[in-house]
Amino acid sequence: MNKFKGFVYKEFLHLIRDYRTMIILIGMPVIQVILFGFAIRNELNSVNIGILDRSKDEMTQKLTSKILSSDYFILKEYLTDESQIDAAFKKGLVKEVIVFESGFAEKLQKEGRAEVQIITDASEPNMANLALSYTTGIILDFSQSLSAGKERSFVITPEIKMLYNEELKSVFMFVPGIMATILMLISAMMTSITITREKEFGTMEVLLASPLKPYQIILGKVAPYLLLSLVNLTLILWISMTVFGMPVRGSMILLIAECALFITTALSLGILISTVAGSMQVAMMISLVGLMMPTVLLSGFIFPIENMPWPLQWISHILPAKWFVIIIKNIMLKGTGFSYVYKETLVLISMTVFLLGLSIKKFKTRL
Amino acid sequence: MNENIIITEDLTKKFGSFTACDKISFSVKKGEIFGFLGANGAGKTTAIRMLCGLLLPTSGKASIGGYDIYKDTEKIKLNIGYMSQKFSLYEDLTVKENIEFYAGIYRLSTKEIKERSKLLISELGLERSADSLIRSLPLGWRQKLAFSVAVIHSPKIVFLDEPTGGVDPVTRRQFWDLIYKAADDGISVLVTTHYMDEAEYCGRISMMVDGKIAAMGTPAELKSSYNVGSMYEVFLHLARGKNE
Repeated sequence: MNKFKGFVYKEFLHLIRDYRTMIILIGMPVIQVILFGFAIRNELNSVNIGILDRSKDEMTQKLTSKILSSDYFILKEYLTDESQIDAAFKKGLVKEVIVFESGFAEKLQKEGRAEVQIITDASEPNMANLALSYTTGIILDFSQSLSAGKERSFVITPEIKMLYNEELKSVFMFVPGIMATILMLISAMMTSITITREKEFGTMEVLLASPLKPYQIILGKVAPYLLLSLVNLTLILWISMTVFGMPVRGSMILLIAECALFITTALSLGILISTVAGSMQVAMMISLVGLMMPTVLLSGFIFPIENMPWPLQWISHILPAKWFVIIIKNIMLKGTGFSYVYKETLVLISMTVFLLGLSIKKFKTRL
Repeated sequence: MNENIIITEDLTKKFGSFTACDKISFSVKKGEIFGFLGANGAGKTTAIRMLCGLLLPTSGKASIGGYDIYKDTEKIKLNIGYMSQKFSLYEDLTVKENIEFYAGIYRLSTKEIKERSKLLISELGLERSADSLIRSLPLGWRQKLAFSVAVIHSPKIVFLDEPTGGVDPVTRRQFWDLIYKAADDGISVLVTTHYMDEAEYCGRISMMVDGKIAAMGTPAELKSSYNVGSMYEVFLHLARGKNE
């Protein structure tokens, strides 16, 4: 085991000596998360809204003025009929429409509850989500102030409707996407480069002629990048949670285990590439064109997979990143447990086993 | 001193229809310097790679230090040293780190590694450069260091695959002093080269032409059997014979 430790130590030296690359590898995820994060997380101000008040009583007027006095919303259109809602959205006049049901105050007095419908234009998902949460916040505050000091409670239920993009697909999508991209970059590309480097410099022959076993050479080469991937993973999660308030609703342990699985998939891809590529440049080209581009473009990170033509959808199925993004989204945003992501996990596991088996076989035949 | 370290019998390697090594049979004694001479593509590197366990022979037998090259690859690997055409040092590591790394993978103990790397650095006169990166060393020094590293674990035999490529004759001579010293310590040396002046330094030589051993013997024997004055002429004679 001593010789293996020495080998891993040597690999770390390579990484540290090439400090420029290391700074890039650690700095890039940080910069990407921050850039994407701020691009998405604009403060909400002056959102144009429309109001359709079917009740026109004291209560609805109070609530309307409370909403408008918040500085976040500007009343652009006072609608009189339901048919005008769609037109207002389509003309782009308003981003949100608030609809009060008829007999609002009366219902609230008699039954203690009344409904408000909030319709948002979710083609700008982030804005829609923000506007929505601000509006519901104001309504909640309003109903609490009504109930304050009284025995009975008044409940105003906001009924939410997102138009055009009902599941708000790109909100917080950037974090799983960046995780996939960065882990793919470090694990697959850097691994393939570091192994082909030994080939190019002629040191691989010497290693193979030494008592080191092939699996030890592979493990030793991979170890520093495994550690670097984990460091980056921690950084990305930490920044998205602390700076951007990204939730991790599911189990953190499951999340990390899934990430470790994806790292393994990417590492085996890197090893496979290194067995095919003869030089570092070839390895880099294969990694960039064959892995990075599809990962960024086709994993559903930037463009929704459902909107792609079927050949691209088909390609996206063989990308590990696609399954990884689905898993991470489920765990972080929906808070689902393992039973909801086991299928995707199985896909990733079988991909990993296949790739690892193939690359070990390929690596041995070169002896 | 008459113990045979390498024995090969009809060792053959085919790549598809191309025969890189054709029924090679030779033996190398303990402490002997055995040269493989031949033009580029004559099969020297292929022969070395088979003996190091980097390539599997197509047919034939071979043993190194009494171990069979088919069955005892792991044991052979502990008993050989190998220096490739590209010197096999890591340019972004220091002299000391390179020595320690190679000593480490050959299972030397931490104490041995320390002692030997100190000894080696002082023998090569590299004390001042011990902590500088290989990248900053001149080619001749790198080459000498690469050789010393290849024999740091006192192997039974060291394989040198065109070790002197791109180096001037003076440095090449200094390099051969190291080889002689290793041979005196009982390490057999199998060296490939296409420099004919180097051939004169070898104890015995095998001339390879098109994957076959065309002639074998001491430099003096070869010269007298072809009735010429230098190894270069022996080589020309054999190469011309091939063309006729």
